[in-house]
Amino acid sequence: MSWKTGTYSGWGRIKSATGELARPERASALAHVAAEGPAIGNRRSYGDACLVSDHRAIDMSRMDKILSFDEASAILHVEAGVPIGELARIFAPRGFLPAVMPGTGFATVGGCIAMDVHGKNHHGAGSFGQHVTEITLASGKVLTPGMELFRATVGGLGQTGPIQSAKLQMLRGKVDVMMVTERRADDLDSFLTLLDDSTATYTVGWIDATATGAALGRGILEEGETGAGLVPPAKRGRRVPLNAPGWALSAPIVRAFNQLYFRRVPAKGRTLVKPIDDFFFPLDRIHDWNKLYGKKGFHQFQCVVPVGERGCIRAMLNAIATSGLASPLAVLKRMGEGRAGCMSFPMEGYTLAVDFRNRPGTRGLITELIAECRAAGGRIYFAKDSVARAADMSGMYPEQADWAALVNATDPDHRYETDLTKRLDLRSTSK
Amino acid sequence: MTQETWILLGATSSMARAMARQLAGEGANLVLAGRDMADLEALAADCTLRGAATSVATKFDARDAATFAPVIERAEELAGDEALCAAVFVGSMPPQDAIDADPSLIDGTVTDSFTGPARFLQMLAPALEAREKGLVIGVGSVAGDRGRIGNYVYGAAKSGFATYLSGLRNRLGRKGVHVMTVKPGFVDTAMTWDVEGMFLVASPDQVAAHMLKAGRKGRNVLYTPFFWRYIMSIIRAVPEPIFKKLSV
Repeated sequence: MSWKTGTYSGWGRIKSATGELARPERASALAHVAAEGPAIGNRRSYGDACLVSDHRAIDMSRMDKILSFDEASAILHVEAGVPIGELARIFAPRGFLPAVMPGTGFATVGGCIAMDVHGKNHHGAGSFGQHVTEITLASGKVLTPGMELFRATVGGLGQTGPIQSAKLQMLRGKVDVMMVTERRADDLDSFLTLLDDSTATYTVGWIDATATGAALGRGILEEGETGAGLVPPAKRGRRVPLNAPGWALSAPIVRAFNQLYFRRVPAKGRTLVKPIDDFFFPLDRIHDWNKLYGKKGFHQFQCVVPVGERGCIRAMLNAIATSGLASPLAVLKRMGEGRAGCMSFPMEGYTLAVDFRNRPGTRGLITELIAECRAAGGRIYFAKDSVARAADMSGMYPEQADWAALVNATDPDHRYETDLTKRLDLRSTSK
Repeated sequence: MTQETWILLGATSSMARAMARQLAGEGANLVLAGRDMADLEALAADCTLRGAATSVATKFDARDAATFAPVIERAEELAGDEALCAAVFVGSMPPQDAIDADPSLIDGTVTDSFTGPARFLQMLAPALEAREKGLVIGVGSVAGDRGRIGNYVYGAAKSGFATYLSGLRNRLGRKGVHVMTVKPGFVDTAMTWDVEGMFLVASPDQVAAHMLKAGRKGRNVLYTPFFWRYIMSIIRAVPEPIFKKLSV
């Protein structure tokens, strides 16, 4: 198996790494390289969770076979490099859906496990890892729920070594389309109340992160249920051909866009039928949409704070709205308590995710938001972060030291460290 | 479309896997032939789950002619009287300096890239003629268009295979079976992962889709991506006195 030196970046295109990469296409090739470095997938993490500078990493994107499917138990066995959206596309027409899907269908199954991702149904279905029934590491170890190493691998940022394959418990039900109800919320309190009271299986809130004053925190709540019936014709994907200029997402343009986007939904709300992909992966139709932020790239900040901390959400939105740095992409969601790993992100509460152009002041703003989040007893999401420092981590992930001890025992030479685990000193046991 | 049965020789290669998945999506029968049986079994399961009517893994080794007949038998069984098609992806490309150090490597390279698959297709030809329909896609290489210092043994083998395919096209065309020669340029495969200096690299999916579409339309020789036709016509046009001094 051959290695080649390459420079690659995370989805936000702010951080990049130069290091040696291998890209095995079969199990026998993976076995040769698996001990050399951590696995990376389609690099949909925004920051440096998928980067390994000056060291080796294994690109798993060609390890993407579907190995078996048992209709009776609805358990699907796949290689780690298969994108989650492809599984939805193949199996939804046959009456099965991945139980949890993140906001992009390009995320690989291995990445979904390593980040213990959540979806729009987190309040009911829990996290991705809660529907994983077995993980086979490239080392040959087979992990099942209940094992210590399973909990260290799920949400484990690749630190237990490359995952070769996993078994997923699929959700049963005929799914052709999504029935989506959209409702406006005029301010933050009514938005949070709508989220609290929603009984829908899938919910997600778009938030106008530029609104201030009485309109602070206004947005649109989308509630979705799976449905069977006629499928609207799929629209073809578009590609962003080149980096957008710096003014494309400047404050006045974003404000105007958000205003229109908010008004698009009638005041009394509406119900639509959407293709599955459009509901779960709204941005995937625009390939390389990260180029819209220009060549300087962008940050995403995502945190979760406990349910009682509405004031913290308000303070964060205030800081964001007055900064003029927000993009149209801002999401507010109610999160349940479901999590499957020691280092999993989810906790019961509200999760806020906002994209920011990379400008002077952006890092400062995010640093401020991280501090607010930590003070409220919340935590930030490793799949998104590229700003936090090691000191910011203390208290956010209570099981971190135990996890680090376990991981260090299985990887004593620290071969699976990534730029993220080094930056945040996550493998340290002294916290 | 009536159901097709496809033999893919060298099915563990990146391009073959891409083609297998596209054919699976059409509901074809697949005979996946190659050496790494564990990987072929996994690919067969993958293709079945992606929609193939039947998908089987069988042993094929270009250097072991005893493996040829069972592949053909299996495919004929699956095809019945319906169309039988084949795509040949096998080939090997040892670095030129390895061949310089050990000239006996030439035998294996020529067997993998030319004589093995040619002998296989020769054995398959009567079954294709009997059906009076079907398609053969043979993968050559732009390296076969002109001998170059960097890989002329591989190039010579692929050139031989291209000439063979031209003859086979002449023969099978009389019976309604089409043969297409494909000359891929730079494709992002496991074989080219660490090759330096590649440009305008195509994905295996793109190339596989192009091959199927062009083959079904009756193209005889396909450069893929298309601009390689122009690149290679320039390279072929360079007069030998000049070409022999170049290292392109």
